[in-house]
Amino acid sequence: MQSTESSFENLRNDFPILKRTVRDNKRLVYLDNASTTQKPNQVIDAITDYYQNHNANIHRAVYALAEESTEAYEAARDKIANFVNVKNRQELIFVRGTTEAINLVAYAWGRPHINEGDIIVTTEYEHHSNIVPWQLLTQEKRAKLEYIGMNDDGELNLDDLDKYLATGKVKLVTFSLMSNVLGTITDAEKIIAKCKAAGVLTLIDGAQAVPHMKVDLDTLGCDFFAFSGHKMLAPTGIGILWVRKSVLQTMSPFHGGGDMIREVHKYETTWNDLPYKFEAGTPNIADVIGFGAAIDYLTKIGMDNVRQHEIELTTYAMEKFAKIPGLQIYGTKDITKRGGVISFNFADVHPHDVADIIDKEGISLRSGHHCAQVLMERLNVAATSRASFYIYNTKKDVDALIDSLNIVAKVFKL
Amino acid sequence: MSSGTDIYHEMIVDYSRNPINYGEIEDHDVTFHDSNPLCGDSIDIDMKIDDQKVSDIKFHGKGCAICMACTSVLTEITKGKSLEEVKKIDKNDILSELGLEHLQAVRIKCALLSLKVLKSALYTYLGAHLENTEGIDKLKTEAENLY
Repeated sequence: MQSTESSFENLRNDFPILKRTVRDNKRLVYLDNASTTQKPNQVIDAITDYYQNHNANIHRAVYALAEESTEAYEAARDKIANFVNVKNRQELIFVRGTTEAINLVAYAWGRPHINEGDIIVTTEYEHHSNIVPWQLLTQEKRAKLEYIGMNDDGELNLDDLDKYLATGKVKLVTFSLMSNVLGTITDAEKIIAKCKAAGVLTLIDGAQAVPHMKVDLDTLGCDFFAFSGHKMLAPTGIGILWVRKSVLQTMSPFHGGGDMIREVHKYETTWNDLPYKFEAGTPNIADVIGFGAAIDYLTKIGMDNVRQHEIELTTYAMEKFAKIPGLQIYGTKDITKRGGVISFNFADVHPHDVADIIDKEGISLRSGHHCAQVLMERLNVAATSRASFYIYNTKKDVDALIDSLNIVAKVFKL
Repeated sequence: MSSGTDIYHEMIVDYSRNPINYGEIEDHDVTFHDSNPLCGDSIDIDMKIDDQKVSDIKFHGKGCAICMACTSVLTEITKGKSLEEVKKIDKNDILSELGLEHLQAVRIKCALLSLKVLKSALYTYLGAHLENTEGIDKLKTEAENLY
C-alpha cells in the first residue's frame, strides 16, 4: 500500500463501527486508540469463520476440526513471530495481554530469581501494569523498587539508571518502549546496552509501540517483551509475552493445568516443551486467530507507513493545538521522539469536563490518569486529556477535535 | 437526561472557578479523604464540631467542575447543622440544588464523591467520640454504597 492520505482514508471502509453515529447523530471521531483500537472486517470475519467452520480444541484430538483449529492457532504464532522478527517460535507465549505478560514474568521469573536486597528498576512514566507487579514482588521478597526519573520534556534521565546499576544489586530493568500518556519513545538501545554491560536483564512493555512502529526483537536485544493484540486491531483478551530462550529455560511454570505438562503422576509432574509449558488450559483460540488476521492487515499496510501516517497526523494536531491559547501539551515537541499520543490540559478546565463536553460532539477522548498515577504525580496534575491516533484517523478527525475544544472554551469562558 | 453542555450552566462553572468553603481547618475535629479511582477526583473534608454541631467545614482537593460545584454546595448545606441533621443529608439535596437530578451514570460519582467523604468523616468522628456506636455501621455501609 502507498502511504498517501487517500489510501488511509479508504481503509476506513474496512471498519464497520466508523460508519455509525453517536449522541445526536454525530460522526464518530474515535481518538482513544492508546486504550484500545477498533476492529476491521478482516479480523471480525476471521473470528466468525473460526466459530462457524473450524471450532475445536487444539493440540489434542486427531479429527479434522481439531487439526484445522491447531493449524490456524499455530499459524498465528508464526505470523506474530515474523511481525516482530522473532527467530524462535518457542519463545512466543500467548497470554491475555501485556498485564498478564508482566505478571507472568514477575511470578515465574521473579519469584525464583529475586532475593532480599535485590533491586528492580522501572521508570516514572510506566503504566500501572509495569509498576504494581513489581511492588508486589519486591514487597514479598524484601527487595527494592527504584525509578528512573524524567525531565520536563518527558525524557528519561539515564543518569539515574547508571546510579542504580553501579550498586551491583539490580536484577531487572523494566520500561515502556512508548509512554501511554506522553507518547515518548524510549531510547531502548541505550538502556539495553547499559544493562547488558552490567549483566542485568531487561523487560520492555511494547503495548504502545508495537501497534505503531516497526519493532525488531532480534536486533533490540532485550530479554522479555510484552504487547497486547487489542491495541493493534485484534480482539481483546489476547497478547504476547516473548522471552529469550536462555532466560525462559530458567523460569518456573506460571499456571499449572492441562497442555503445560508432559507427564503427570500422583506427586510429580514433568513439563511440556516451550512455549506450551507457559500456556496452561484451553487458550483463547478464536482471538489468537483474530490476532493473526490483524497482523496480516497491518503487514499489508506496512508498519513504516503506519508510523509515517501518525507522524503526519500528530504534527498537524500539534500545530493546531499550539494555536489554542491556554492549551498545554505534555511531553516532547520533537516528533521523531514521540508517537501519536497527545496528552494535554486546557486552561483550568478539568479533563473530565473537557471529555464530557466534546463527547456530545461525537468525539471519544480519554480523560483521567491513564493508569499512570506515578507520572501524574511527577507532572503535578490530577489528570490529563489524551488524544491518540491510529491508521483510520484523518485530519478531519483532528479538525473536529479542535472545533469541539472551541465549545469547551465557550462554556468555560476561556 | 442532562446532556451536552446543559449541565455546564453558569452556577457549575462559577463554583468550579470560585469554590465555597475551600481550604483547610488546622484544628479540625475530624478530617477525611477519598478519591475516585477512575477519574482521579480527590477530596479532603475538615470539620470543626462543637455541641454536636458542625461549626465549621472546609474542603480541598482536585476535581472536575461537577465535583467542585457539588462539594461547594454540600459544605454550604452542612455548615451549622447538627450531626443528626448531617446524617440525613441525601444525594438529592445536592443534585437538585444544582439541577443535576438526571446526571448520566458515569458522572454521578463526580457529583457524590464529597457526600461520601462527608458521611465517612461523620462516622469516623462518631466512632471515636460516642460511647454508643450503634448505628455507625449502618452509616458506614450507606457511605460506601452511595454510588
